[in-house]
Amino acid sequence: MMTARDNLLYFLYLHRTGLTVLALSVLLLVWPLLESNPYNLGLSNLIAIYAIVVLGLNLFIGYAGQISLGHAAFFAIGAYGSAIGTTTLGGPAWPVMIVVALAVSLVALALGLPALKLSGHYLAMATLGFNIVVYSILVQWDKVTGGPSGFSGIPYLSIGSVVFDNEIAFHYLVWTVAMIALLLCLNLVRSGVGRGLAALAEDETAAAALGVDTRRAKVKVFILSAVLASVAGSLFAHCYAFVSPDSFNIFVSVDFVIMVVVGGMGSIWGTLFGTALITLLPEWIEALESYKDIIHGLILVLILLFLPQGLVTGIVDAVRTRIALSRHHA
Amino acid sequence: MLELRNVSKWFGGLPALQDVSFCMEPGQVTALIGPNGAGKSTLINCISGVDRAQSGSICLAHHPIGALPAHKIAALGVARTFQNLKLFARLSVLDNVLTGLTVAAKRSFTVSMLRLPALRHLERQLRLRALEALDDFGLAKKAHWPASSLSYGEKKRVEMARAFVSDPRLVLLDEPVAGLNTEETAQIARHIRRQRNAGHTMLLVEHDMELVMDVADQVVVLDSGRCIACGKPEVVRSNPMVLEAYLGRMEATA
Amino acid sequence: MSGFQDLLQFVFAGVTSGAIYALIALGFCVVHNTIGIVNFAQVDFVSLGGMFLFTGLYWSGLPMALALPGAVAGVTLVGIVVERLGVRPSRSQNHLVLIFLTIGISIILRGIMKLVWGKNRMAVPPLAGEEPLRIAGAAILPQAVAILIITAIAIGLLVIFFRGTRLGLCMRAVASNQTAASVVGIPVGRVKAASFALAGGLGGLAGVLVTPITTLSYDVGVMLGLKGFAAAILGGFGSFPGAVLGGVMLGLLESLSAGYWSSAYKDVAAFVVLLLVLFVRPKGLLGK
Repeated sequence: MMTARDNLLYFLYLHRTGLTVLALSVLLLVWPLLESNPYNLGLSNLIAIYAIVVLGLNLFIGYAGQISLGHAAFFAIGAYGSAIGTTTLGGPAWPVMIVVALAVSLVALALGLPALKLSGHYLAMATLGFNIVVYSILVQWDKVTGGPSGFSGIPYLSIGSVVFDNEIAFHYLVWTVAMIALLLCLNLVRSGVGRGLAALAEDETAAAALGVDTRRAKVKVFILSAVLASVAGSLFAHCYAFVSPDSFNIFVSVDFVIMVVVGGMGSIWGTLFGTALITLLPEWIEALESYKDIIHGLILVLILLFLPQGLVTGIVDAVRTRIALSRHHA
Repeated sequence: MLELRNVSKWFGGLPALQDVSFCMEPGQVTALIGPNGAGKSTLINCISGVDRAQSGSICLAHHPIGALPAHKIAALGVARTFQNLKLFARLSVLDNVLTGLTVAAKRSFTVSMLRLPALRHLERQLRLRALEALDDFGLAKKAHWPASSLSYGEKKRVEMARAFVSDPRLVLLDEPVAGLNTEETAQIARHIRRQRNAGHTMLLVEHDMELVMDVADQVVVLDSGRCIACGKPEVVRSNPMVLEAYLGRMEATA
Repeated sequence: MSGFQDLLQFVFAGVTSGAIYALIALGFCVVHNTIGIVNFAQVDFVSLGGMFLFTGLYWSGLPMALALPGAVAGVTLVGIVVERLGVRPSRSQNHLVLIFLTIGISIILRGIMKLVWGKNRMAVPPLAGEEPLRIAGAAILPQAVAILIITAIAIGLLVIFFRGTRLGLCMRAVASNQTAASVVGIPVGRVKAASFALAGGLGGLAGVLVTPITTLSYDVGVMLGLKGFAAAILGGFGSFPGAVLGGVMLGLLESLSAGYWSSAYKDVAAFVVLLLVLFVRPKGLLGK
C-alpha cells in the first residue's frame, strides 16, 4: 500500500522536471524585488540572452555530437537583422524578429545541408569560415551595418503600452524567452527524438540501425540551434539599442563553446550553469584582468582533461554511478 | 521473410561476399556460421543497411531493401545487435532500451518540444514496453543504472532487450554470446529460445556450435565470402564440405 | 602600370602570403597525421615566433642571424611543452573533446603572450633591406623574396626529413597506422612529441617571416593561423602537397580578389570559395 508520503514523493519524482522549472520561474519572478542594482540585473539579463544561444548549441554539440565554431554568426544575423529591419526599414519589432528567425533558418538549412555531410575537422572549418565571412561583412559593409563603430538607435520592444526600456523590464522579457527555450529543450531531450539524438552523439552507426535518420536529425538540430541564436540576437539588439561587430566575432563563438563544455555536453540544466559561470567570471576576477584569458583557458583545459563530458555532466554521471553501485552492494 | 539472392561485396579488390543466396522463413531461427573473416558480419551489415552490397538483391517480405539506408530498414522492422557492443554509455539502461523504440516514438521536433498530452501518453506506453522488455531479460532492477556501470554479460542482455523491445519482424544477432562464460551463455541461449517460441524470426551469427545446433532451424555456412552449405542443422553438420572448410581449419589453427 | 604588371604584382603578393599559409598548414597537417586532431594552438605558434624574434633582437640584442633561428627553436620547445602538458594527459579519444582542448590551450597561450608582451602592436625589422626590387615592372619587397626562398628551403628539408631520417619514417608509420606502428616498436609517444615540435617549428618560422610585413601583436597569429587551417582543409586535411597547394591557392585567391574586386572583402572571397570547395569536394582538393 502506498502511503500519502509515498504518493507525494512519487508525484514529485514524476514531475521533477516541470516542478524544477516552476521553482526557477518563481525565483526569477521575485528576483528584481530582491536585487535592485541595475548593473547586476544587466548581468543576469545577459546570462539569459546567452543561455538561449547556448541551449541550442548544446543540443547540437552535446546531443547531435557535431561541432560548431560559428554560432556567433547566427547570433549576429538575428541582432543586425532586427536592427536593420526596425531602424533602417522601419518595420514593427516582433514581426521583424520572426521574419529574421525564419531567414536564419533558411540560411542554416542552406549551410547545413552541405556542411553536415562533412565530419569533424571539416565541419569545424566550415562553421568557422561562415563566422569569419559574416563578421567581415558586418565590419566592411558600413553603409548598411554601420561598420566597426556599430549600429545605434535600435528601438525598444513593447507589448501594447508596456515598453521594455529598463533593466527590470528587460529581466522579465529575456528570462521569459529563456525559460520557454529551456522548457522546449527539456521536452525535446526527454522525448523519442531526444533519445535518438543522444544515441547519435554516442554512436552514429548504432543510432542509424535503431531507425534514427542521422543526416536529417543533424540538419534539424542545426536549424533549431540557429533559430534560437537568432532570437537571442534580436533580443540582444533591442535591449542594448546598440550592436557592434565585436559582439559577434569568432572569439564569441568560442566562448559559447566554452559555456557548453563547462555546463556539460548533453546537459540542459548544465547549460544554465555554464553560461552563468563564464558570463560572471570576468566580473569576479576583475582584479586579475590581465589573467582573464589564462583563467578562461585553464578552466576549459582542466575540465576537458579530467571530465571530458563537461563539468556538470561529468559530476552528475559520476554521482549516478556511485549511487547505483552503493545501492547494489547495500 | 528475408530472401538474399547473389549478394556480393568487395573491399577494394578483395571479395568479402560472393553470390550469397538463401531464404529465411517467418518464425525460424537461421544460424550463420563460418570461420573468422568468412564475411558473416559483413553480411549482417549489408542486411541492416550499415553497409551496402555491390550486387545482388536483398528482399524483406518481397520488398527490396538492398539500397535503403539503415534507418529506413530499421523502420521496416529489422533490429540488430552488434558484435562489439554498441550501448550508449551515458544513457540509463532504460533509456538504452527506449532507443530501440525510436521508430515507434514520434519523430517531429515540434510535437516533442511541445510535449502535449498525447505525446506524454505515448511516452508512458513506450516506457512500460521498455520496462517489460527489461523484465524479460532479467534487468528490471537495474533500469535506472547508467549503462556504463553494468557487467559485460548484462550489457549483452541490454542490447538484446533493445533489439527485441520493438517486436521487430526480423532480429539480427551478431555473436550474442562471444566473450561470455558458460553460465551467461546458457542464460542468453534461454532468452533466444524463448524469443523463438514467441515467434520471432532471427538471424544468428555465432561461433558457439552447441548454441547453434540447439536453437537453429536452418544453418547457413559461409567460407571466404561464399555460401558453401545451407540446410537443417543435422544435415549441415554431416556435410563433408563444411567439415573440411570449417572444422578442418579449426583443427589446423587449434 | 599595365594590366600585366598589375597581375604580376598580385600573383607575387598572393604566392608570398600563400607560402606563409602553406607553412602554417603543414604544421596543422603534421599534428593531424600523428595524433588525429586539429591543433588550434598552431595559431599561437605563429604569434610566438614573432614575439621571440622581437625579444631576441631588442631585449637581448642578438643579431638577426642568431635571433631568427633562436625564435624558431623557442617555438619548437613550446610545441613540445604543449603536447606534454596539454594534449598527452587527455583521457578522451573523442575528437570533439580534443579540438576543444586545443582551443583552450590556444586561449592560455594568448593570455600568457598578452601578459608578457602586452597588448600593443610592435614592429619587427625585415631580414633583408626595405628598398623594393623591381622585377618586370612589379615592385617586390626583399622580405617577400626571403619568405619564398626560406619557405622553399623549409619544404625541401621537410621532404628530406620524412623520406630520409629515422624519426621522419617513424612519423609516417604512425600516420598510416598507429596500432601497427606501436606493435613494431615505434615509440608512438616520442613521435607525437616530435610532431608537436615540428608543428611549433613550422608555425614559428611562419611567424618570424611574416611579422616584418604585418605588425606584431599577441593575436596576430589568429587570422593568419586560421587561414593556414583553411589552406590545409582546402588542400585536403593531412596531405602535405595539399597543404602547399591549398596555401598558394588561398593566397592567390585573396590577392587577386583584393586586386580586382575589393580589398575590404578579400577575406569574404577567400572563405566563401573555401566553403564552396568543401561542399563540392568534402575532402578537399587532394584529400583521400
